[in-house]
Amino acid sequence: MKYGVNEQGYYGEFGGAYIPEMLYPNVEELRNKYLSIINEDGFKKEFDQLLKDYVGRPSPLYPAKRYSEKYGANIFFKREDLNHTGSHKINNAIGQILLARRLGKKRIIAETGAGQHGVATATVCALMGIECVVYMGEVDMERQAPNVSRMKMLGATVVPARSGSKTLKDATNEALRDWIANPVDTHYIIGSVVGPYPYPDMVARFQSIISLETKKQLSEHTGRELPDYVMACVGGGSNAMGMFYHFLDDESVKLVAVEAAGKGVDSGHSAATTFLGREGVLHGSRTILMQTPDGQVVEPYSISAGLDYPGIGPQHAYLYKIHRAEYVSITDDEALQAGLLCSQLEGIIPAIETAHALAYLENMKFKTDDTVVICISGRGDKDLDTYIKYFGY
Amino acid sequence: MHENRLQQLFNSGKQNLLSIFFTAGYPTLDSTLGIAETLERSGADFLEIGFPYSDPVADGPVNQHSSQIALQNGMSLNVLFDQLAALRQRVSIPVLLMGYFNPVVQYGVERFCKKAAEVGVDGVILPDLPMYEYEALYARYFKENAVCNIFMVTPQTSAERIQKIDSLSNSFIYLLSASIITGSSIQQSGKIEAYYQRVKQMNLKNPVIFGFGIIDKQTFSKACSYGRGAIIGSRFVKLLGEKDYMDKIPGFINAIKA
Repeated sequence: MKYGVNEQGYYGEFGGAYIPEMLYPNVEELRNKYLSIINEDGFKKEFDQLLKDYVGRPSPLYPAKRYSEKYGANIFFKREDLNHTGSHKINNAIGQILLARRLGKKRIIAETGAGQHGVATATVCALMGIECVVYMGEVDMERQAPNVSRMKMLGATVVPARSGSKTLKDATNEALRDWIANPVDTHYIIGSVVGPYPYPDMVARFQSIISLETKKQLSEHTGRELPDYVMACVGGGSNAMGMFYHFLDDESVKLVAVEAAGKGVDSGHSAATTFLGREGVLHGSRTILMQTPDGQVVEPYSISAGLDYPGIGPQHAYLYKIHRAEYVSITDDEALQAGLLCSQLEGIIPAIETAHALAYLENMKFKTDDTVVICISGRGDKDLDTYIKYFGY
Repeated sequence: MHENRLQQLFNSGKQNLLSIFFTAGYPTLDSTLGIAETLERSGADFLEIGFPYSDPVADGPVNQHSSQIALQNGMSLNVLFDQLAALRQRVSIPVLLMGYFNPVVQYGVERFCKKAAEVGVDGVILPDLPMYEYEALYARYFKENAVCNIFMVTPQTSAERIQKIDSLSNSFIYLLSASIITGSSIQQSGKIEAYYQRVKQMNLKNPVIFGFGIIDKQTFSKACSYGRGAIIGSRFVKLLGEKDYMDKIPGFINAIKA
């Protein structure tokens, strides 16, 4: 793959595994085994079967008629929101739990921002009967309270991250500390295409089912498998990478990644990483991150807990730098309005993360015969409180 | 190559070396050099000065806290190097800098090594700069400036990797008592002794210094029986959070070394 990872774990100058020695054996074990495990026939069969019977895949590719009329193009929604647990996060969680079992791990840890990845991880741990500990920023636990309860109901232990900004990056730090202390029996299910190699590649592969299905479905709908545009929101970037993956080598397909501008890119309250960040090292990989001139990680802000992350995955950093994908941003207000519009035009209440991708349609200039696929990465149930407060319903 | 202070210390044959870690800019922005001076006078053999980082994943609550306060106090690599300009007028024992890689990347790795050498720093410990990245991308800057890069080894590090680390090291190897974050307590179980023994039998060309979980005379002496010495970090950083910490430093060192 032209835009894939090289043997040392790099995408151009991005990626690698910048980890303390305490984590090295864990990461090395994964690096040595992940490809052979996920390419085994038995693994593939079990993964595909669970995606079908348990997750409910393939997720529909829905021709969004009223959106197509409004924006003057053939717009399709890739409905990851219809997956079991309500988002694309389950694809990766299923893949990693099967991998963890083959590695003989007895305990799972995970970090979560909005709680979608935490719920997906708690779900697959319940399915497999494996102990599950989820780290979640204290601030996120408050703003995503229903997901905290869901995780607990699924049998997981939710541990509040109380350091730093008490959000996703701090939950990630705490999960890494746990992994350092439990190097032998524990697998860390990272929820996005971030972290030390091989995580960005491994998670991208598990999420690539999104674009694999899309190609086939699009061909059934339109007679050709390549759209003109593919759009997705980006926090760490897992749904976007899954949505882009099988289109990366098709240079005619324009890729649009939508970051969270929060209260505005220049407001001081933003998570628009490519606009505000510089190259550096975050959570084990060389990437683009929001930081002070001195290299301290900046606390990001977005109304969406799933996009409230100061970095992007290293493959995104690479696609950004070489201009293979376009990185844009959408504010809180624009996203919430788009969430309302989608609810009332299509009868789909999207996650606020997803609403960022939808909002950017306003800025696109389509030709009438353009085909556009947007990843509806998650459903909005978890965000009802935020929507309700904002619109006063 | 001309030996730096750190290499001289290890080549001197001196045993039971005590190294102390503390965070630059904690408890106050200007406390760094005074603490270093007092540590030398109290009998520490070499020092690790930590530069703070917002997301220290290998550190427990005590060091995280000191890092956070140091950042609030305004500590940065620029400020630290300014303070260290006077280092060699006041401190003669070897000094290492320790911290996470991103601030170094932003400062510029080459510039960092050059500046470190210029102010009289002898070595650097960057826990999240692993061996492959060091060797492939950055080793020459360290060598050109005669700054030693120190690698860590844990009970899970393979023998093959330890050999490789030994070949890339030119002062000492930092042996972690267990796979833990700083400030955790460890049990001196038979398992750990087997690990110490295993490393000892590898006949590495570099001496080993133990760190993480060294808190008192007992744990220090134990570590010294298997290697050249040990590093105390969190326990000392905790002391710096107390009132009249300067007056307590000689007693702290004495209780371990005496």
